[in-house]
Amino acid sequence: MPALMEARELRRYYRADTGLFARKGTVRAVDGVSFTLQAGETLAIVGESGCGKSTLARMATLLEPPTAGDLLIDGEPTEDVSAAEHHKLLLSVQMVFQNPYGSLNPRKTVGAILEEPLAINHRGDRHARRDAARAMMAKVGLRQDQYGRYPHMFSGGQRQRIAIARALMLRPRIVVADEPVSALDVSIQAQVLNLMMDLQDEFHLAYLFISHDLSVVRHIAHDVLVMYCGRTVEHGTKQSVFTTPLHPYTRMLLAATPLLDAAQRKTAVVVKGEPPSPIDPPAGCVFASRCPYATEQCVAERPMLRQVAGTRVACHHVEAIG
Amino acid sequence: MPLAMTALLEIRNLAVEFTTARGVFRAVDGLDLTLDAGSIVGIVGESGSGKSVAMLAVMGLIAWPGRVTADRLHFAGHDLLHLTSRQRRRLVGKDMAMVFQEPTSSLNPCYPVGWQIAESLRAHHQVDRRAVRELVIDLLRQVGIPAPETRLGAFPHQLSGGMNQRVMIAMAIACNPLLLIADEPTTALDVTIQKQILELLVSLQRERGMALVLITHDMGVVAETAHRVLVMYAGQMVEEAQTARLFAAPRHPYTAALLAALPELAVDRQRLPTIPGVVPGIDDRPAGCVFHPRCKLATERCTAEPPAITRGATGRVRCYYPLDAPA
Repeated sequence: MPALMEARELRRYYRADTGLFARKGTVRAVDGVSFTLQAGETLAIVGESGCGKSTLARMATLLEPPTAGDLLIDGEPTEDVSAAEHHKLLLSVQMVFQNPYGSLNPRKTVGAILEEPLAINHRGDRHARRDAARAMMAKVGLRQDQYGRYPHMFSGGQRQRIAIARALMLRPRIVVADEPVSALDVSIQAQVLNLMMDLQDEFHLAYLFISHDLSVVRHIAHDVLVMYCGRTVEHGTKQSVFTTPLHPYTRMLLAATPLLDAAQRKTAVVVKGEPPSPIDPPAGCVFASRCPYATEQCVAERPMLRQVAGTRVACHHVEAIG
Repeated sequence: MPLAMTALLEIRNLAVEFTTARGVFRAVDGLDLTLDAGSIVGIVGESGSGKSVAMLAVMGLIAWPGRVTADRLHFAGHDLLHLTSRQRRRLVGKDMAMVFQEPTSSLNPCYPVGWQIAESLRAHHQVDRRAVRELVIDLLRQVGIPAPETRLGAFPHQLSGGMNQRVMIAMAIACNPLLLIADEPTTALDVTIQKQILELLVSLQRERGMALVLITHDMGVVAETAHRVLVMYAGQMVEEAQTARLFAAPRHPYTAALLAALPELAVDRQRLPTIPGVVPGIDDRPAGCVFHPRCKLATERCTAEPPAITRGATGRVRCYYPLDAPA
């Protein structure tokens, strides 16, 4: 059975010559990322700002075509398909955005926000749409009397519930969530994460969960893909990535994440430097400038992703580092 | 040293009120804090808990219609409540300095960073131009900016967020402050940059013997950095304790619930324990204990009368039924 979603060497380049003084070049926002996503599973995309995780999210939601590479849903290509087929594919992937203060139309009531996707797609009549919206409100923990309220009357956590409800109205099979809890306070974050896990079980949803917060990822994900400067540096199950991180960058991320109990930390890596500019990145390993193990080979030659102990990792020296 | 005898910063019953169209709102209510020279205190709380406003009040940065009252607000021998503007200008930026959350928007985009760092030196010390340049280069080196000579003329938009935060820290430490207040200094930054900035703050604090107040919503950041932690909720301090003790054995139900909600402590993909309800806003501060509508242990007593702060062997807590109390 083909995977629900499969990405094969996805690339997305942008031309960076729009500014008056900007130097010309190509931004390789995503540069050859592959993954598979199964129904009912969560794949977390982890990385720092500018690593290309949001560009990957836009390609996964079919909002942007890849410059190169293939994105398959149910084993079928998503490009060069008929308009009707493309429309059907669009419905199967929905998105939840980071900032619930910016992603909801302030002039529409909750009911109108939830019914809009159905209305656009001519699903049911007015009464059926209203019933569907009310049913979804109950599922995400909103009260029925809140149907006619506007987004500003809700707290951040409640707004994110509305955004999740809206994403689920068309019964997608894949939900791309771009930093869904990073704008929320800790106590609210826990509520939203619980909701997302409950909905995943109920609807057998696949999540592409984009986050920079490793403790959230460690809780919710099944698989983890670590990106750096547009490329995959490590991709494996959550257990392997968190308990035996192989790539020096993954180790640095784990070493840098603040913990309540620092004694729990297994990786001791000196954290230094900043990511290189994605405009014309270095020819060799993109992490070489910050890597404590970098050699001449790393500067000269780009490491390919390869299988090491069940994990895909892009590093010349995995075995040597141990 | 006389400073070692008395506390560097002493706050008794600090309140900050804002008069709004809907009535008087107490953003900070009855805060006590004593800070010794050379110590690191973390202030944690969710958005709207009053943690930033409390420290802005110490800095004298609360503008009308905000009103600051306190029984005592002393810093290094100065009574901060009764300073003239002139005296305050001499103190703020020199003996107490602040680092803000968004480095890229806190810096002035129209001036090079070297000029902005030199500004506080020019304001507080009489130094000639050549000496200022040398001092600024030295400061940039201390905060870990590579090739500082070439960065003097750089504008904030030419530097990364992490580099801008280093510039902010250089500005803050330029006049050798006794107290540095860092308000969410790493929230806008990536984790690997955050780690470097926190390490820098702690090493500067240690070298210079400064006191450091670290305001943050990130429990992990305080756990790894601060000596003592103060937890705020809805304008009030609910618990204060030595860091390791607070995280190992929280005494206030809010602290305990907040820690339990962290994914870090949860079992893999199990439901996270949550705190029901939301933080009270400007209109719906409850009577009695501010946490009682969300508290599992609340009784009638909690709804009727606000609890006072009790001092235990290992810290202070504002609760009638602290979690370690004998049943």
